[in-house]
Amino acid sequence: MRYSVSLAGETDFDGWRDAARRLSLNDVAPADIIWRTGASDDLFAADTPLPDAPANATLNVPRDFIDKAKAVVCHSDPARFTLLYRLLWRLRDEPNLLRIASDPDVIRLREMEKSVRRDSHKMHAFVRFVKVGTGEDERFVAWFEPDHYIVERNADFFIRRFAGMRWTILTPHASADWDGEKLSIGPGATKADAPTEDVSNDLWRTYFANIFNPARLKVKAMQAEMPKKYWRNLPEASLIPELIKGADEAARQMLAKMPTLPAPHHARIQERVWSKDVAALPETATTLEELSLLAKSCRRCPLWADATQTVCGEGPSDARVVFVGEQPGDQEDIAGRPFVGPAGQVFDAVISQAEIDRQKLYVTNAVKHFKFEPRGKKRIHQRPNVGEISACRWWLDHELDLIKPEFVVAMGATAAHALLGKSVSITAMRGQTVERSDGLRVFLTIHPSFILRIQDKAQASPERARFLDDMRAVKSLMAEFS
Amino acid sequence: MSVPTLQQKLAILADAAKYDASCASSGTTKRDSLKTKGIGSTEGSGICHSYAPDGRCISLLKILLTNFCIYDCVYCINRSSSNVRRARFSVDEVVNLTLDFYKRNYIEGLFLSSGVIRSPDETMMEMVEIARRLRIDHGFQGYIHLKTIPEASDELIEQAGLYADRLSINVELPTDDGVKRLAPQKKPETIRVSMANLRSKIEEKSEPTQRTRKRQRFAPGGQSTQMIVGADATTDAEILHTSTRLYAGYKLKRVYYSAFSPIPDSSSALPLVRPPLMREHRLYQADWLMRFYGFERNEITAGRPDGMLDLEIDPKLAWALANRAVFPLDINRAPREMLLRIPGIGVKVVNRILDMRRFKRLRIEDVARICVSIAKVRPFIVAEGWTPRGLLDSESLSDRLKPKPKQLSLF
Repeated sequence: MRYSVSLAGETDFDGWRDAARRLSLNDVAPADIIWRTGASDDLFAADTPLPDAPANATLNVPRDFIDKAKAVVCHSDPARFTLLYRLLWRLRDEPNLLRIASDPDVIRLREMEKSVRRDSHKMHAFVRFVKVGTGEDERFVAWFEPDHYIVERNADFFIRRFAGMRWTILTPHASADWDGEKLSIGPGATKADAPTEDVSNDLWRTYFANIFNPARLKVKAMQAEMPKKYWRNLPEASLIPELIKGADEAARQMLAKMPTLPAPHHARIQERVWSKDVAALPETATTLEELSLLAKSCRRCPLWADATQTVCGEGPSDARVVFVGEQPGDQEDIAGRPFVGPAGQVFDAVISQAEIDRQKLYVTNAVKHFKFEPRGKKRIHQRPNVGEISACRWWLDHELDLIKPEFVVAMGATAAHALLGKSVSITAMRGQTVERSDGLRVFLTIHPSFILRIQDKAQASPERARFLDDMRAVKSLMAEFS
Repeated sequence: MSVPTLQQKLAILADAAKYDASCASSGTTKRDSLKTKGIGSTEGSGICHSYAPDGRCISLLKILLTNFCIYDCVYCINRSSSNVRRARFSVDEVVNLTLDFYKRNYIEGLFLSSGVIRSPDETMMEMVEIARRLRIDHGFQGYIHLKTIPEASDELIEQAGLYADRLSINVELPTDDGVKRLAPQKKPETIRVSMANLRSKIEEKSEPTQRTRKRQRFAPGGQSTQMIVGADATTDAEILHTSTRLYAGYKLKRVYYSAFSPIPDSSSALPLVRPPLMREHRLYQADWLMRFYGFERNEITAGRPDGMLDLEIDPKLAWALANRAVFPLDINRAPREMLLRIPGIGVKVVNRILDMRRFKRLRIEDVARICVSIAKVRPFIVAEGWTPRGLLDSESLSDRLKPKPKQLSLF
């Protein structure tokens, strides 16, 4: 038995689906079906009525296939219905067929879908509305010539975009009209039905001609994305040949034109704006504010180059205790303030438990720039080396000179190294106070980020408790000096 | 000189804006005008409404508010010492041009930048006002990209982020020393801190608020930047190093590389040559390899002692030729991250290979049917019934895969 199926129109997906379902469930092979759209002069036997689908029969197809089929139905190739039915037929025995990207039918399906998608995309891009009428009668009309039957499929895009306008898109196959409330799909039209001139066209052409850089002429790249077949309906395209022809000359002129004397207003502007700008920096700092101003342009080691900014210490200049960490992390580098990231939060929580008031502390780092290794969208912390620590000691020493604290808390090996001038084992020495040759006492403990790095939660909490013990010891040291 | 007409201003201020490479209208939230009954929509991916003969996409109305500028950056056509003709749009003119162009479907929205007049705040304030009128007074739902002036006040940046889809600050040149030399009045320190502030704001506002559980709107399309390539002697390795630093540090959506282009009335401090377009192209390819193909910056630039990318072959092929010991890769067994390293195969094809090989063993013909050019792929893979044998190690492989030399025109 052979069947000839007449679909209601070029994009009659529902009609195709209904017919395909009945035929497939009745085991009608692809070769026995002819698919036709609308009135056809095909002299094949008059339509044989389609068989009913057997009761309770189900036909399962992947969701993916339906989505692709809806797009492919809009393709202009008359063989599309046959291809879709053949794929449907094959899917019965090969449920994973669509995943076999190198299968010739799957390749054709993909090509057709891509072609419809591209045509739709170009429609979104190259439809050009012309305004007609004003006030109450204002409407926007466009003439467009797509490769495929895509007007119905894309009308929603234009509704979402131009909901507040009354517009009509005319194409040879169909037209879409939006009156501000309702969409109507109508018959095809001709170019003569659409208006062409709009006051805005000239401004648009002016823009097009001037945004073009003649020194970068790349005609092929343009035509790959904006093929010539679209040009006849683009108001700006008439300029293209002239722009291309003149490009060489325009670019040559740019090169040939020797620099002229500065514009007349130049000296006046420079004098007015930039002469008073430079407030000289102090030679040496006498306050912490001056110190941090000077530190902004520090280039004592190469770390400035990749970091955002120098992160100096924070706290009152008469603080009795100074806490020194390792270096600013990702968050500190962005905010420009020490101890505001995850380790800072642990620090804050623990010292407040130990009843130490952060407001009374001066908190700073041994190294003032963030050292890291970029990895995709993250910056991975890296330990500063001895050279960087000693380069930055210049700033730390100045901070301590200006504050003259009773004692210092070194958090972690880097801080201890910076303060004592040699590497010490924190594991062995934590909780102890070391006196430097200049009399300054240094209390040694871990860096709070150490607690964060412990993967095993069961181990992290005793470590946190030990850090809290250290902070309580610091608290009693502070009491000795008050 | 007479007062310029709107058309003349548009000519001047579009010409002044064309050295900014970005025209992207992608990456923002989905919006439409169904409820507002106004105009405008954004659908995730951008749309290029036209192409200029320079091959660049025209997606946005890319203009300057004014090309008067107090800065004197030698590479810029709008620098204060330039003799270029000056103009200035009014706020209304920009708003109306944007709406008129949008209604004709010429554009996706507005990319507004400006020379700095009098003070950064004064200029930024007018730019923000344009965005505000479009969004609030006209219910415009299309794309808005504002070039942010690094020195502008925090409140203005806050408002800019409320109305704009994307904000950008140009780092101008790949190194701070380059900026100091060619743009002596710009402060690279300030530019870095401004980008850091944008990142904090974007992150802070993307968290739902405690009270309303709603996210506040702040530049949903993120931030981007641009640097000029070829105006000084910086190498590609240094440029890509800067990019990795910017992507990781400030979570940029894009870094744009703009081949330095000769400008009329140029400064004598600059090379008077045609823009290095191929170099720009290679940098974009390398940028892609780092962001989507799992390449590290050093891997890409390691092969060349001078720190420059090979102009003749693309960086992925260059890497493969320099690391032949890694190949051939078995197309039926290699993990995803290795498949991504095969020359001539992109992310989409890799996905198809992974999908397909769950159901069948792939032959070279299967691969040929799903990639653009099998000639480039063949020496680097093993497939069912195929091994490259001596092909991979042959001396002439590199020559064979090089694109055919063609006559280069001056422009």
